[in-house]
Amino acid sequence: MANVTVRVWRGDASGGDFEAYALEKNEGEVVLDLIHRIQATEAGDLACRWNCKAGKCGSCSAEINGKPSLMCMTRVDELPEGPITVAPMRTFPIIRDLVTDVSFNFAMAAKVPALLPPPMPEGGYVMYQEDVQRGQEFRKCIECFLCQDVCHVIRDHEDNKAHYAGPRFFIRYAELEMHPLDTNDRRDLVREEMGLGYCNITKCCTEVCPEHIKITDNAIIPLKERVVDAHYDPIAWLGRKIRRRTKRSADEAAVQPAP
Amino acid sequence: MATVEHSSKVVLGGRRGGPDVATLRQDRWWVQPVVTVSILTSFIIYSTWAAFQNKNYYVGASAHRDLISPFYSPCLANSCEPGASHGLILHFWTISPALLILLFPLGFRMTCYYYRRSYYRAFWWSPPACAVADGHKEYSGETRFPLIIQNAHRYFFYFGLVLNVILTYDAILAFNQPGIGLGVTVGTLVLVVNAALLWLYSLSCHACRHIVGGQVKSFKKHPVRYAFWTVVSKLNPKHMNLAWTSLIFVALTDVYVRLVASGALTDYRLF
Amino acid sequence: MNSPYEHHDYDILVIGAGGAGLRAAIEAKQRGLSVAIITKSLLGKAHTVMAEGGMAAAMGNVYSEDNWKVHFRDTMRGGKMLNNYRMAELHAKESPDRVWELEQWGALFDRTADGKILQRDFGGHRFARLAHVGDRTGLELIRTLQQKVVSMGTDVFMECKVLRLVHDENGRVAGAVAYWRPTGEFVTFSAKAVILATGGVGKSWKFTSNSWESTGDGHAMALWAGAELIDMECIQFHPTGMVWPLSVRGLLVTEGVRGDGGVLRNAEGERFMFNYVADMFRAETAESEEEGDRWYEDHSAGRRPPELLPRDEVARAINTEVKAGRGSPHGGVFLDIATRRSAEFIRRRLPSMYHQFMELAGVDITREAMEIGPTCHYIMGGVKVDAETAATSVAGLFAAGEVAGGMHGANRLGGNSLSDLVVFGRRAGIGAAEYIAGGAGPSGFDLAEVQTAVKDALAPFDNETGENPYDVQRDLQEMMQTNVGIIRTQSELETAKEALGEFAARVRNLKVTGGRAYNPGWNLATDLPSMISVSRCTTLGALERKESRGGHTREDFPKADPEYGKYNFVHSLSGGNFDGEIRTERSALLEMPEELAQLLEEAK
Repeated sequence: MANVTVRVWRGDASGGDFEAYALEKNEGEVVLDLIHRIQATEAGDLACRWNCKAGKCGSCSAEINGKPSLMCMTRVDELPEGPITVAPMRTFPIIRDLVTDVSFNFAMAAKVPALLPPPMPEGGYVMYQEDVQRGQEFRKCIECFLCQDVCHVIRDHEDNKAHYAGPRFFIRYAELEMHPLDTNDRRDLVREEMGLGYCNITKCCTEVCPEHIKITDNAIIPLKERVVDAHYDPIAWLGRKIRRRTKRSADEAAVQPAP
Repeated sequence: MATVEHSSKVVLGGRRGGPDVATLRQDRWWVQPVVTVSILTSFIIYSTWAAFQNKNYYVGASAHRDLISPFYSPCLANSCEPGASHGLILHFWTISPALLILLFPLGFRMTCYYYRRSYYRAFWWSPPACAVADGHKEYSGETRFPLIIQNAHRYFFYFGLVLNVILTYDAILAFNQPGIGLGVTVGTLVLVVNAALLWLYSLSCHACRHIVGGQVKSFKKHPVRYAFWTVVSKLNPKHMNLAWTSLIFVALTDVYVRLVASGALTDYRLF
Repeated sequence: MNSPYEHHDYDILVIGAGGAGLRAAIEAKQRGLSVAIITKSLLGKAHTVMAEGGMAAAMGNVYSEDNWKVHFRDTMRGGKMLNNYRMAELHAKESPDRVWELEQWGALFDRTADGKILQRDFGGHRFARLAHVGDRTGLELIRTLQQKVVSMGTDVFMECKVLRLVHDENGRVAGAVAYWRPTGEFVTFSAKAVILATGGVGKSWKFTSNSWESTGDGHAMALWAGAELIDMECIQFHPTGMVWPLSVRGLLVTEGVRGDGGVLRNAEGERFMFNYVADMFRAETAESEEEGDRWYEDHSAGRRPPELLPRDEVARAINTEVKAGRGSPHGGVFLDIATRRSAEFIRRRLPSMYHQFMELAGVDITREAMEIGPTCHYIMGGVKVDAETAATSVAGLFAAGEVAGGMHGANRLGGNSLSDLVVFGRRAGIGAAEYIAGGAGPSGFDLAEVQTAVKDALAPFDNETGENPYDVQRDLQEMMQTNVGIIRTQSELETAKEALGEFAARVRNLKVTGGRAYNPGWNLATDLPSMISVSRCTTLGALERKESRGGHTREDFPKADPEYGKYNFVHSLSGGNFDGEIRTERSALLEMPEELAQLLEEAK
């Protein structure tokens, strides 16, 4: 089998550089196989995250030839000839080698006001497939954070992390907003604190999503339209005043007792 | 290191990994922005030129035709060629009628979610392509004036619908060949296809998808809106293709009418 | 207390952040206790995400005839009667409530036409019983629990590897010692109770559906802390793992493929499963392909096809076909759904299988058959626990999920794992909370144990010479696959027993390079002692159980022996060292009350 050169970024917060490893290439291998081979032979301390090696857990995110990808789903024989470059996700602080500190995402997760359903009737809730299917698409998310990594709002502008939740959490908010049982209204929260307006819908999140979730078309834009309803559209605003929609606020949901 | 989960505090800063370069991509990521810039720039140059022409936009009864360029319809200006007007004339408007009407489709397309993606990338380099560094130091997205106006997209969509109705009416009129009777010419087909593409572009719009049904929480309780939403949702993934084809075709329609009106071309009668 | 390291104090420490650990933490937190969850990975990455088909719960949404009694019966029969009957009973009774509860927390299961939770067919379940979301049910479960845990403000220590449990002066469990993987710094936790929810052991085999994390840490830590392990010889080899390309060998192919109409064929195109119906299942298994096909449409119009026999039966049959030379080109058999269902149906019902094969093997499962073979998937055995409280034999130590033994007997039915996690995760949370309320807290925290653990963990840095941990792991996996695989025999097990002694010595003599911060080589070195301990228990149990039952098949004793069906093999360790001597004893099964025994009789 042909040989392949893998250039892996090695380093930590004090700096680093690419290191080249020459390997044998076997049929059907993915980039993560190459990294594992390097670990097992040449560099036992080469840091990388991985768990399932099946595209289901979203741990092995990296930038392969500059493109944010899962290492376990990137087949070596589908990459162009020449050295393969593997670098850590750019948007998050480095821990070591290919491992980054993704705590930004967990901090954003902690800010999400939970689902606030009505009390459950005997025998469970009644929900219909057509009502759950929109949310189900977003719940396919494996939290690889590649969408967060590629999003230029935080990738290229660190300061925006203070007020921008990012695509992964926009699909979470969209899921809750479209949840047939939810009684919460998160539209002001999404606009004011989660920075939905910073998204300029350049769709890179959708391009890199390994689960093929239509993040922009099915989540972010519908959220933007909902925010328009709540905030920018005078007619929708007037209609709401007349119908006096009374929804509970995000703050109320945040303090909801456990069922 | 914030490895304890319960904290919702975002810590800024921290050195990032990988080399400090704009991108590590080796593929030809710049092709797409180049194509976008080429097409949009060509369109803008052509449409501006065409809008200032203020002539050759209508083929009337003298040529046994009723063909109007979409750039000039509805023709509301004082200077409207005889037969081109739909009745309403705004007498204070003395310059090219196209300049009055083009604002609306321009606004619709400028605020369109798909075009926004394209021009933010290709013209504003924010970002030029995925995982390629933003061309600007500061970034506030669509949170401030003027870009906050993008939120008015749905109103441009409504205006767009009105224009679609008018252009459909024009296409129907194009079946009429004064002095000959009903028939179909190449010009008729051009206007019909143009109107159809504009309808498809409008209906596949994200704002439309939201308005017809996307905004409701329970589809089960709103079966009619669910049906509309389902149809629009099928069109919506084609919004990009429709945006380009309808844009190019609307220019070609103007070119065709212009050529016929100027006498450079005869509008061939099919039947 | 004066821990020389970063120290935290909680009421309850939950080790493991899969379904069981998260559910236990929610329960304890709801009872007002301070709770910490510790996980080797990031939150939400636990092996639970790999569960595909669904979670079994007799809600009766699709077949109203279904109820807990039928579920109980199916579980016991699937487990070849080796189960802790009380666990099987509680599981069957409580799982519907646990599923509904998930909906309150945001889970979105697939629906029936009348808006209830849709349930699908699975091997060994008499009725369509698995609540599911396409073929990514495990992801739905973990995400729901994760979001609940986060919304409750629970502390989660991520990428933190627990080395050992720590006792108090009276031998109660009082906490644990761990290290942060990102920095390599040690950290100690004191707690009034510890819940183990560390999952399985599959990483000790070469072909496995398990991730790097499944090294049996909880099994081993419990054993080292003085608890007992049971049924460790009962390991489930899932019949359908991918066999090609080599890089994904062992990767799971959901049983949902068969539940939704997929069939197994050998190289000659024969649906060979019809030749492998054991007497125990003959009465309820179709005799012809036509009858099996009718059953998919309506369960009263025929009996279930033999592809949906319990997993142990199917795995053995595939193994036999391959050995007889009727296998596929890469040493498996064919799983065919392409000729049986429409492409649209397949993509909707099995989206992640479609992508998995398309992207990793270049196979379009809507057009071609999949090549599959058995893969090490799940350990039925585990820490011996009390059914009601999940308490182990060591005071202050609880266990739930795959790390706990007894619930599934000798073989687990598909779909019973996800429900097991939430039923017994909750019970462990209650058990630990009540234990604390009972005032039986620990006194003291044995720092000597902490120092021993730290010294052992750092030894691979100090050794001047030594082996690469990756080499030892690879050899161990080869050895276990060869000698303690799906079909076992006395001589091979003897070989394994001896080899494991040598492996223990090799693990004492490891050498790692680099520093302590995020060093996977070192991390592996600290996992290896667990792998050795659990492999030893599995081998010893397999040697002792001279019969074939469920997930334990002996070539030299191919039949089940009623005598062996009366007890479990229980392992315990003296001394607390991973290479210490393990004692293996017989322990009689719990006696089943008459009315439950009746249920099993009636259904025959």
